[in-house]
Amino acid sequence: MIVRIATEGQYELTESDGEVFNELDNHAVNACEADDEDQFHAAFQELLAFVRNNGGSVPEDRLGPSDVILPPPDVSFEEAKAEFTGEGLIPG
Amino acid sequence: MPGLSGRMSTVIKAKISKLLDRAEDPSETLEYSYQKQIELLQNVKKGIADVVTSKKRLQLQEQKLRDQVVKLDTQARQALAAGNEDLARTALERKNVAQTELQSLDSQVAQLEQQQEQMTASEQKLRAKIEQFRSRKEVIKAQYSAAEAQVKISEAATGVGEEMADVGLAMQRALDKTENMKARADAVQELEAAGTFEDLTQLGAGEDDIDRQLRQLSSSSEVDSELARMKAELGTGSGPAGELGAGSPDNDQGAEQQASTGGNAGQSQAS
Repeated sequence: MIVRIATEGQYELTESDGEVFNELDNHAVNACEADDEDQFHAAFQELLAFVRNNGGSVPEDRLGPSDVILPPPDVSFEEAKAEFTGEGLIPG
Repeated sequence: MPGLSGRMSTVIKAKISKLLDRAEDPSETLEYSYQKQIELLQNVKKGIADVVTSKKRLQLQEQKLRDQVVKLDTQARQALAAGNEDLARTALERKNVAQTELQSLDSQVAQLEQQQEQMTASEQKLRAKIEQFRSRKEVIKAQYSAAEAQVKISEAATGVGEEMADVGLAMQRALDKTENMKARADAVQELEAAGTFEDLTQLGAGEDDIDRQLRQLSSSSEVDSELARMKAELGTGSGPAGELGAGSPDNDQGAEQQASTGGNAGQSQAS
């Protein structure tokens, strides 16, 4: 599974990493829906750390798109809420 | 699963997918995609140059704020030496606001510097990918059937498009940030310009809107302690504030002379 952290780059996660990834991703989205800013930042940082620590580097010659695009690390709570709740924007 | 598409990335992605839909002949799509990528790469380069320009403007503003801090400090000292504590306080309040703004500007410019480095690295990576796309398209044209080629092209072009959109997003965020910083620094400078201390005698007549705004912005405890420190330096510190204004010019001069000889003026006067 190829994950891009927006403005940072692509990482390659294994299928089994994918499950943990999904769980962490859900935490972040739930925090947005619960309107809990602190919780969101904590969950999102955990998610980013997981991707950075477990994700392998993507081969230089790979041209394909990502399966998932995460918001930029400096995303604000307001931006994230607009993204994750309601209709959101066009998914990456 | 949610994903993020900023303004830039949405626009660029739309452009890429549109151009993929257009051509029926895959080799035509390939050429067109490549041309478009080269074109967009120029935009990215230009965008990064814009970020650099905005950053330089902010650095100029920083310098102006630094000058302002020095100027206001001098004016506060002059006002205090002339026995006008109210004016000194106003100058210090303005200095306090300028200083606070300067600190936040400093750290944000440092952040911007980091972003700029990252963007430059991304732009190089993007260029390498476009170059790869160029060589890959020759292979695709030579080796695949039209239907297979369409799939390969689509995948590669979407990938390059995503990479491009990502640099675009970083660029957009950096530019937004510089705009915010610039607007704030401008506001502080305007406050100062609206109540310039060019002529010291013009001030102290009363409190205007600007003074009230400044009072709200600046931390009064910091201003108080700085005022006290300045008074001690000038040797006018130990008497109550009210006595300052009452002193005749001669007395003030005397106090200053005593201060310059190293004694505590307030005590000398009292004894």
